[in-house]
Amino acid sequence: MGLLLCLLAGISLFVGASPLHPGALLSDPQALQLLAVSRIPRTAAVLLTGAAMAAAGVIMQLLVRNKFVEPGTTGTNEAAMLGLLAVTLLTPAMPLFGKMLAASASALAGTALFILLARRIPPERPLLIPLAGLVYGGVLMACASFIAIQSDLLQYLGIWMSGEFSGILAGRYELLWLAGGLALLSYFAADQFTIAGLGRAVSLNLGLRYGQVLGFGIVTVSLVSALVIVTVGMLPFVGLVVPNLVSRIMGDNLGASLPVVAGTGAGLLLLCDILGRLLRYPYEIPAGTVFGLFGAAVFLYMLLGRRAHG
Amino acid sequence: MADRRILGLGCLLAAAAALFLFWGLRGPTAYILELRMVKLAGLLSVGAAVGVATVLLQTISRNRILTPAFMGFDALFLLLQTGLVAGLGIAGSSRIPPLAGFLLDAAVMMGAALLLFTSVLRRTRHDIQLMVLTGVVLGLMFRTITAFLQRLMDPSEFSIVQTRMFAQFGSIDREALVMALGLMMLAFCWLWRNHAVLDVAALGRDTARSLGVGHDRLQLKVLCIIAALVSVSTALAGPVAFLGLLVTSLAHSLMRTHRHALLLPAAAQISALILVAGQTVFERILRLQSTLAVVIEFCGGLLFMFLLTRGKIW
Repeated sequence: MGLLLCLLAGISLFVGASPLHPGALLSDPQALQLLAVSRIPRTAAVLLTGAAMAAAGVIMQLLVRNKFVEPGTTGTNEAAMLGLLAVTLLTPAMPLFGKMLAASASALAGTALFILLARRIPPERPLLIPLAGLVYGGVLMACASFIAIQSDLLQYLGIWMSGEFSGILAGRYELLWLAGGLALLSYFAADQFTIAGLGRAVSLNLGLRYGQVLGFGIVTVSLVSALVIVTVGMLPFVGLVVPNLVSRIMGDNLGASLPVVAGTGAGLLLLCDILGRLLRYPYEIPAGTVFGLFGAAVFLYMLLGRRAHG
Repeated sequence: MADRRILGLGCLLAAAAALFLFWGLRGPTAYILELRMVKLAGLLSVGAAVGVATVLLQTISRNRILTPAFMGFDALFLLLQTGLVAGLGIAGSSRIPPLAGFLLDAAVMMGAALLLFTSVLRRTRHDIQLMVLTGVVLGLMFRTITAFLQRLMDPSEFSIVQTRMFAQFGSIDREALVMALGLMMLAFCWLWRNHAVLDVAALGRDTARSLGVGHDRLQLKVLCIIAALVSVSTALAGPVAFLGLLVTSLAHSLMRTHRHALLLPAAAQISALILVAGQTVFERILRLQSTLAVVIEFCGGLLFMFLLTRGKIW
């Protein structure tokens, strides 16, 4: 796994619109600059985003106790976008960090509201939760589009909607280290999340402070989503597909599986980003678009293949 | 049939239509009336189609928050529009005659819907929830492609797509309208003859089958009708995502019944009434164009939130 990641990262360093040969690094100072300013930041950004989104997805799945949720199907992303839109309209001069905070706050409110709503849905109807979440996200998205139409920001909204990494340069992605840090932090609480995934009553019986764990999880997920949307845009399906693929093989003990989930998320997203750079060379297809198509196919297989096996 | 509430709705609708036609009528009366007639027919047919289709979908899926829009219909429509503008450019896409555009949209949406319904239902042994979720995921996939295509556009191309993102009633093509009305009449006739069977189907698959209703075939037929109604109304005017949600909630709270003989006409009339009255207010009083769909979406969305907090979604 680690080897594969290193290999992908190596490929990612030398793939792009301007050609770069490993041999040139020793002789050409410009090649080194290209590497330092564009390629290394971009590779790091993809890896961090993939890992953090996959971790956020798996935490969300445990907290809602449903295999079919992720920040993209619970209104978290849409709520973050609403916050971002509001800040862009009210105080256009706000620095990036302030925008990030606004997006986080609104993502937090949106996610908390959804978790409250999801509790009312009977657990024996597992497909209702993602359905309600998608409708809920759709409503928030509709609100965002209307505001955007009134203020002629609709195409702007479209840019947040398809996550991509072509604009990543040194100095424009450092917020993502924060997202990676949050994913790392959640690793230390992995056992608590695993127990919380057994439900409220069981957790309380086992002496877990359920409310605290739930709160920490919601904050982590919202912050990660907001950070990713502010820096690269929406990446649907990453948090949904990766944890499900891993959980089929490793089960749901987060202490054991979280590193694998994060690593798989990082690797798959990097693969999609490299593909996006190569398919229409020298133009790029956003990594979010490539992953969206791949993820939708995998998700449909999960939905429909399940029944075929009985 | 002579239910007082249905009759009352009919009177209200007639009044709204009369207001729409005759308020502020000046100048070349015959010409203006003709224009308004076409618009009114468009509003009525789109309203009725959306109302009826949403009630049917909620009956078949036994779920009170679904509208056909969430199953990828709107996303597919937008993808079509975006694809046309991106592929042919502004000049090319504006050269397509309106009737041909309507037929293309309606045919593609209908074909896709039928393919989805038949293949998924057969695979999942008629698990309707799974089918709906499949539609939703496909919708997400369409949106991803649409977003990618829209990134490649320049702002003037994008502004053309933007006008098609929300329903427009000002520029409805007459020939398309006649065709849509014909198809809708056929669908409504079938529904009228089968409304009692629908009441039984609403009890769920097992109950309906034990009462002697061929549930699975009926389900497929109803889904075909939903596909036809939604495709035609979307191709005619554009997407109205939350109108159906608003309408079915109002119809249920007004009629307080599960009988389709009452629910379907009520929903169709309420839906048409909202559109006609809304358009009248917007055009004649507020002097605004093309923002009606936006307000309807807003109210529908708020209502959905309210229903969700009350836990009334199944």
